[in-house]
Amino acid sequence: MSKFKKKKGGDLPAISTASLPDIVFMLLFFFMVATVMRDNTLLVSNTLPAADQVQKLDKKDRVMYIYAGKPSARYKDKFGTQARIQLNDKFATVQDVAAFVLAEKASKRQELQNVLTTALKVDGDTKMGLISDIKQELRKVNALKINYTTRVGDYSQNLN
Amino acid sequence: MARRKAPEVNAGSMADIAFLLLIFFLVTTTIETDSGLNRKLPPMEDVVDPPIIKERNIFTVVVNKYNQLLVEEKPLELVNLRLEAVKFLDNGGGKGEEACDYCLGDRDLDSSDNPDKAVISLKNDRETDYKVYIAVQNELVAAYNVLRNREFKRLNPNLGLDFVQANKIYNDPRTSITEKERLKPLLGKVKLLFPQKLSEAEPSKTN
Repeated sequence: MSKFKKKKGGDLPAISTASLPDIVFMLLFFFMVATVMRDNTLLVSNTLPAADQVQKLDKKDRVMYIYAGKPSARYKDKFGTQARIQLNDKFATVQDVAAFVLAEKASKRQELQNVLTTALKVDGDTKMGLISDIKQELRKVNALKINYTTRVGDYSQNLN
Repeated sequence: MARRKAPEVNAGSMADIAFLLLIFFLVTTTIETDSGLNRKLPPMEDVVDPPIIKERNIFTVVVNKYNQLLVEEKPLELVNLRLEAVKFLDNGGGKGEEACDYCLGDRDLDSSDNPDKAVISLKNDRETDYKVYIAVQNELVAAYNVLRNREFKRLNPNLGLDFVQANKIYNDPRTSITEKERLKPLLGKVKLLFPQKLSEAEPSKTN
């Protein structure tokens, strides 16, 4: 009896999937690291306008966000269809902006308090009246650095 | 009694578990890139006597409630705004002390004296759409960037960068300090040549 049995047929050996978990884990870790959990639930619709002369807002710890726009569909019954401001997780009025900015400022580290930027994330269809009011409030509390947060794209997308 | 060897745990489902997690993170991820137009608001205190600016040094842009543009008292399409603004800023019509030796404009006597004097005044209505306002802002910033790029390239021909790229590198937190120190005076110089003087009037009420 021969010790070396001749293999039957030419069927291919199964591809080893032992390294599949490793590959998937690698992807998983990438996404885990890259993920930024949203710290604010949006209560307003927020389609940002497009612009192409943008600068990046890099350091997250020195930015505070003010959202504005029409209440999103499920809040329409309660809050109407007029554009509104959202601060943190709540709807707010123009009068609340100053207090919000001061509170945000106080919650940051001392050395960052004077370099804070206010990012305005405003829906494209909002009227300028509301934004001017916000800007006026920001001037009152001396928060002068602002950033109109936009999508990156050609401005002509804004015109329809 | 001989101890039995512990049976090997089947790792075949590991991939499934990992996939599950992966899909969860894939779905929840919003790779947020916050970018936008940086602006600076004027401080609140009123200037006691505002400096007198000659009419020819002001480039007025008005956006009305129907999102139409009125530039220097003439209706204008947004597509042409960048070019018009560049023309105005780069005019260099000044004489003697106010002459501008790096301007390449028409030297029109009815337009700005030099870029340092030139002011763009933007006025919008309370009913103007935000996205149109952003488009206008974008075009005005673009006009400044066009000119700054040109000057930056002229002053630093060997760098292979334009102003916007250099500024981006300068603002990147990963850039080394030595690199920043090197870029800072170069950027500052160009900013002095074309200072961004964009004034915003308080919006008018719709009647």
